[in-house]
Amino acid sequence: MRNMIAVYNKEMRSYFVSPVAYVIAGVFLFLSGYLFRNILMQFNYWSLQFAQRSQMMQMGGMPTLNLNEMVITQFFAVTDFIWLLIVPMLTMRLFAEEKKTGTMELLMTSPVSTVELLLGKYLACLSLYAMIVAMTLVYHIILTVYGSPDWGPIATGYVGYLLLGGAFISVGILASSLTENQIVAVLLGFGMLLLLWLIDWSASFAGPTAARILRYLSFIEHLQGFQRGVIDTKNVVFYLSFIFFSLFLTTRVIESRRWRR
Amino acid sequence: MIEVSNLSKDYGNVTAVADISFRADPGQILGFLGPNGAGKTTTMRILTCFLPPSGGTARVAGYDVVEQSMEVRRNIGYLPEQPPLYDDMTVRSYLQFVARIKGLAWERIDSRIDETMERTAVTHYAGTPIGQLSKGYRQRVGLAQALVHDPPVLILDEPTVGLDPKQIIEIRQLIRELGGDRTVILSTHILPEVSMTCDKIVIINNGRIAGEGSPESLMAQLREGEALRALIGGEVQAVEAVLRGIDGVVDITHESGPDGDTERVYTITTKPGTDVRDTVARTIVNRGFGLRELRPLDMSLEDIYLRLTTEEVIAEDA
Repeated sequence: MRNMIAVYNKEMRSYFVSPVAYVIAGVFLFLSGYLFRNILMQFNYWSLQFAQRSQMMQMGGMPTLNLNEMVITQFFAVTDFIWLLIVPMLTMRLFAEEKKTGTMELLMTSPVSTVELLLGKYLACLSLYAMIVAMTLVYHIILTVYGSPDWGPIATGYVGYLLLGGAFISVGILASSLTENQIVAVLLGFGMLLLLWLIDWSASFAGPTAARILRYLSFIEHLQGFQRGVIDTKNVVFYLSFIFFSLFLTTRVIESRRWRR
Repeated sequence: MIEVSNLSKDYGNVTAVADISFRADPGQILGFLGPNGAGKTTTMRILTCFLPPSGGTARVAGYDVVEQSMEVRRNIGYLPEQPPLYDDMTVRSYLQFVARIKGLAWERIDSRIDETMERTAVTHYAGTPIGQLSKGYRQRVGLAQALVHDPPVLILDEPTVGLDPKQIIEIRQLIRELGGDRTVILSTHILPEVSMTCDKIVIINNGRIAGEGSPESLMAQLREGEALRALIGGEVQAVEAVLRGIDGVVDITHESGPDGDTERVYTITTKPGTDVRDTVARTIVNRGFGLRELRPLDMSLEDIYLRLTTEEVIAEDA
């Protein structure tokens, strides 16, 4: 536990001492802000059209457009994809750099277990992710000031966000543990994440059993519930077991050096 | 403190270390001497639990490196060939991190860091990012890292490589000071370094031990039955015949002495393990030749090193 905290602190320091954390937060917030603005403008346009039309049709008791469904769900769906591109850059150095500079030798000859080392790094990266994600709460506060969104689906959306980020990071760390070259780590991370993102596409052309398996592995499939305000245990279990599995693989990769007798 | 028995390590088909055994007692500074690629780093990596052995056992501070890895790691300080430094950390925060993961008690961390920085003379750079330090200071911080948790065993892989002469002297002095209460193993391919700093030498070549002992005993071991240099006056053929008649003499060569042909320098090669000095002196004097000088040909550590390491190659080629 103590060792894990020491590793965690070291990684957090490293993110904030270098420009990495600031640049990633800046780029992500700029892009998500831009997308949020456009989604909101689109919603305004539709609302106006909708209002005019229902006036023309002399409809009584005009229903309003759903802010949650048209803005918030959309917002989550598009920003998820930005994270797919950013996460491999957050994780690339975690093990690759240690191997390259030789500091892995310090870590592996210190009384620190592989699990403590991995969890320290994983949780540091996840915390940075959570911090940046938490800043997007501002958008929802703005919505609340001018409209009346339902905070339930917002909350579940963030739960989904955290689970998805956790899964992304676990894949990125696995990629970083496989190589000592950071560029290779980024590319491997992208490759694996994109494949998992698009895996349900091939389900349309597969046999019934294969299709079920492929759909089950899809990240998007398990995410939609959260963005609509539903926390389904099945989806939570999917993400948690996915994270567990890829972290487990990572510990095997790190320890594999010891098996090569 | 350190016991290695029949240790071996293969990388695929390549054998890096083959069946080596040696031991280091508490307080001893053991020099691990060998050419590059001899298996020094591999052995050290096994002792520090970074690599598993392919065969044999190694015990460090009483613990087995495979079975009780965590205990071993708690008891060693290790400076790899490339100091394991984080360039974006300051010296102090780096040492704090190392002290924590080495399991040093919280309340001792700050005082130990101050002591260690004092000892390795980096106090002045406590707040400097490691990336800005010169090679010599990086090496010192690497050494500080190995010392910070006050381990009973220190393992240093080529601690003076890449330093300038002044820094080398300082680091060697520091290592000498560190021995005494600690067991130190250091590897090097520089000969004077071991004779200056170590109590015991293990010469390793091609993954095998080629010689072992204190610097003095290693020399004595090889001097025995090696060669004698004698300055003898008298007729060459007669002297040579007499010398050849002595039991234990293998070969004789001669050349002109400093006074021309009245006396000649003979190099007498003898069987290993025999000392013929007394017999040679008696015989020469009894026969009426002039014995002007008789002494064993000293081999410097350099010769021993070259001899041991090249012999091995020849033996393997044969």
